[in-house]
This record gives sequence, C-alpha cells and structure tokens, in this order.
Amino acid sequence: MNPHRRSPWVVAASILVYFFLYAPIVILILYSFNASKTNIKFEGFITEYSDRVQMQGSAVVASPCGPFHWYCDLTKNSNVMGATKNTLTIAVVATIVATIIGTMAALALQRYDFKIKPFSQLALYIPIVIPEIVMGIGILSLFSQAFGWINDAFHLTGNARLALGIGTVTVSHIAFMIPFVTLVVQARLQGFDKSFEEAAMDLGANEWITFWRVTFPTILPGILSGALLAFTLSLDDFVITFFTNGPGSTTLPIYVYGLLRRIISPQVNALSTVWILIVFTAVMILQWIQSRESKTVKA
Amino acid sequence: MLKRLRESKSMQGTFLALPTTLWMFVLLIIPLILTLIVSFGKRSPDGNVIYTFSFDNYARLIGISHTCADGSATCFDPLYINILWRSLTLAFNTTVVVILMAYPLSYFIARAKPAQRNIYLFMVLIPLWTNFVIRVYAWMMLLRKEGAINIIIGWVASLLHLPFTPLEMLYTPGAVLVGMVYEFLPFMILPIYTSLEKIDGSLYEAAADLGANAVRTFLRVTLPLSMPGVVAGTILVFVPVMGTFVVSDLLGGKQVILVGNLIQRQFLDARDPAFGSAASLILMVMTLIVTYFYTRKFGFGEEIVAA
Repeated sequence: MNPHRRSPWVVAASILVYFFLYAPIVILILYSFNASKTNIKFEGFITEYSDRVQMQGSAVVASPCGPFHWYCDLTKNSNVMGATKNTLTIAVVATIVATIIGTMAALALQRYDFKIKPFSQLALYIPIVIPEIVMGIGILSLFSQAFGWINDAFHLTGNARLALGIGTVTVSHIAFMIPFVTLVVQARLQGFDKSFEEAAMDLGANEWITFWRVTFPTILPGILSGALLAFTLSLDDFVITFFTNGPGSTTLPIYVYGLLRRIISPQVNALSTVWILIVFTAVMILQWIQSRESKTVKA
Repeated sequence: MLKRLRESKSMQGTFLALPTTLWMFVLLIIPLILTLIVSFGKRSPDGNVIYTFSFDNYARLIGISHTCADGSATCFDPLYINILWRSLTLAFNTTVVVILMAYPLSYFIARAKPAQRNIYLFMVLIPLWTNFVIRVYAWMMLLRKEGAINIIIGWVASLLHLPFTPLEMLYTPGAVLVGMVYEFLPFMILPIYTSLEKIDGSLYEAAADLGANAVRTFLRVTLPLSMPGVVAGTILVFVPVMGTFVVSDLLGGKQVILVGNLIQRQFLDARDPAFGSAASLILMVMTLIVTYFYTRKFGFGEEIVAA
C-alpha cells in the first residue's frame, strides 16, 4: 500500500481550500492596478485614469507611472510613509527586547529550578488562552491610570505629560511577543545534546565561555526564528496597537482600518500588495533558516 | 552577591527569568487585576471611572435594566445576553466550519511526499501572514454588491439568459462567518497537520492487514490520533473569534454586534470603561470555561506550539 495515496475526494477538497485561501488575495492584488479611482468596479488595468471625483464626466488623465499609478501615489502619501516608519520602528525595537529577555527566560525555564518558576510559566501561557481584546483594554486601563497619577503627582504639563504613543505601543508589543519567543527557543533547547556542553567544561572552559562558544551557536537558529516570528506578529498586530496607540503613533494596520471605515481607494490595494510582498520575503527567510536548522540537526 | 550568584543555580534561574516575569506581571497580571477593579466601578459624567464596589455592570450584562419602556424600576432587557450568545454561537459555528475545511487539507499535506510537504505548508502560511485587516478588506471587495462574486454570478447568469439582481452579501451575519473562517483557518491547519504527520505509517498498514477498509481505518486510527491537533486548533480559533471586533465591524456593519464590538465601544465611543471591563471579564471567563472543559476532556500537547 502506497502511504502517499490520497483519495480523490481529499485532493479535490484540498484544492478548493487552497482556492478559498488565495482567491481573495489575487483579487486584492488585481484591483491595485484598477483604473477606477473609486475602486468599486474593476475598469481595466491603469494606463490612464478618469479623474471623475474632481471633474464631472470623465476627464482622462495619463498616469506618469503607467499601471503602477497607485503605487507611485503611495510614496507621495505622507500618512502612509509616517505609518510605515512607526510600524517598523515599533517592530524592530520590540523584537530586539523581546528576543533577548524571552531567550533568557527560555534558558531559565528549561535549565533551572527556582522559586518563581511556576508563576513565570503560567504568565507565559495566559496570553494564549485569553482573547487579545481583554489584554488590550487591560493595558489601556493601566496606562491611563498610571499616567494620570504620575502627571498629577509631578504636575507635568504640555509635552512633558505622559501619554499614549510609540512608547506604549512598543512596550505592549514586547509583552505579547515574549511568550512566542520563549516557546520557540525552549523547543530548540529541548533537542539540545548536553554532552557538548559537558565536553567543553571538561576541556576547561568556564560556564560563560561554554555558553557563548557552544550553547549559543547551537540555539541561534531557534533564537532567529523566534525573533522573526515576533517581528511578523508585531507587523500584523491590530488589537493591542488599537488600544495603546496615541496621536502620531498610528501603525499601518490602524491606518488601513481607519481608511476602510470611510473610503476605499486602489491605494489601499497597492499598499496591501507591497505589504504581502514584504511579509512573503520575511516568511521565505524564516523557512530558509528552519530548513537549514533541520539539516544541521540531521547531520 | 556576585559570588552567590555564581554558585546558586536557583539564583541564576531567577535572574534569567526576572525581566520576562516582571514584564508579564506589569503588562498582563496587573492589567487583569485593574480590569477586575474597574468592572465594579461606575461611569463618571466625563467618561472616567468612579471606583465603587457595585455589581451593577454585571447585572446590566445579564439583562437587569433600569431604563424600562413601561416606567417600572427594573425590567429584563436581553440586549447584552443576545450579544454574548451571538458571539458564542458564531465562535462555535466558525470552529466547526474551520475544522471541516482544515481537516482534508491537513491530511492531504501530511500524506504528501516529505519534500512536497514544506511547500504545501508554506502555501498555507502566506495568507496567514498577510495582514489581518488587509484580509478582511479582501473580503469586502469580494462580497460587495459590485464585487467580484456578484460579477461572476452575473456573468454566469447572462450566459444562461437568466435574470439576475446582485446579491446583498456584505453586512450580513454570513459575511462575518466567512470572514472569521478565512482569518482563522490556518490556525487549525497547522496543529492538525502536526498531529497527523506524527502518525506512524505502519499503523495504516496494520489496519489494512487486519481487514479494515479506508473508512474504518480513518475512524479508528487516524481520527483518534489526530484529536490533540484538533483540540489545539480549536483553542487557537475559538478564543480569538470570541474577542475579535474588526471582522464584525467591517463585514457585519451595524447588523452583527459581537461582544468584542461591545467592549471596544465602551472604551472609545460610549466612554464607559467600567461597563466595558465587566464585559471583557465575562468574555474572558466564558473562553476560559470552554477551553478548560474542552482540554480536560481531550487534552492537548505540543501541537499548540506548532502554530
């Protein structure tokens, strides 16, 4: 019996599910080349577009960027550029912090016994079983209470007043990233052969050198995939950011959400397409690291 | 101090785990406690919280209303009970549909040749990492009156010379269900795949040798062994569906109000954080009860990490 034999029903169902997963994305990308400014109907690929919002009728205007008109438009949109900068700043800073302290926690939980261990472990599992909105409004309450007290106690005024912004978003992102980093690194540590460390110690290396020369290089792929996972989670996050951002700290998902409630422009599609390409590249890198990792494990 | 740190394993562990534990304490445990405290409070006229100890917010959620049409002091108003019930049934329906769609695909991937499996899995990951909000937007484009689905149905109808009026699909409960299924489908595929992939091929051979047909093998071997994956996937789907407000907001309009939308409005438009906190605690307790009984019945292992 061939273990790879699958019933035609399974194959047909799988093709349908893949179609379901991809059809919306294909349509989304297609509409980013839409000649219609209102983006209600697909009016063909853009080479020139009718500027019918400003002018009655259809004044046809040639687009300098050809079919990529909406992509060019994006770069001129200062809101999009600002939101991109915020999104990346938050993701980079939060990823670095979460990766470092999450890896430390993974080492502690995997290798050591200590008093607060059960508490640490519990705190890392809670975000998985409670809805994100509960965490989001909790953090919002915390910041508004704490900032209120601090502002009053120190009589802070004007720009010195503590308020929601990039800082609060970053700190909150770190909180929901840590459990994921820790889980991924812990999984990597579980497959780690301790005899390498023992050999290094026998040869006279102290714990510090053993860690940096033996342990760290071995778990590095796990740390990197944990970091990349955390990075993509930060880029993707909507709920936590929604409740913790303030004026000037709008991220791309928040910006897109705001747009969707008012107008729909092919610009949003162009933005989405660029986004998909960037995340696609990131996931490719992640896959590449993981495949290299599985090869070294086999070797 | 440093010497003690070098010698005590326990202190080293505490030291390593301390930043994470503190961070999670300040940004997870304290906010949950604060939410509990706020939920007993009252709304001040300027939209802040007056700290009291009253169960009024919870009473309001289970239907005890003080603004009655007939002028009496208290009456029953099922508004919020209905919202909670709607969220619960939607989360249940979404989970069932997602399992039915994810299972065949996971099985297909798990039985593929090893070299192909990563490619098929990768194809599941790409939509997952397309931004959450963007995925909802894609469905807005498909479901609109002038959207792609109506265009295709209209085109087929015109070929068959049938009369056709575009369907109103956006801003209906069905649209919200489709959106939720689309958002969370990959979270079911990955854990089911993980548990299916672990099944030893010789078990299938043994079942076949003992005379079991394909259906019997599936029911007696494959399905029971894949249950940990289904359970892990259910938690990964059920919990976020219960709390999401973006999908219902953009695809359901004002037609479909879920507990997530209710909470969000209390914090932004209605400015009643105390009531919103009570609602969010009820939401948390509901999801914890469901996941607790569900995992106690079936148990789940490392599959939850797979996603």
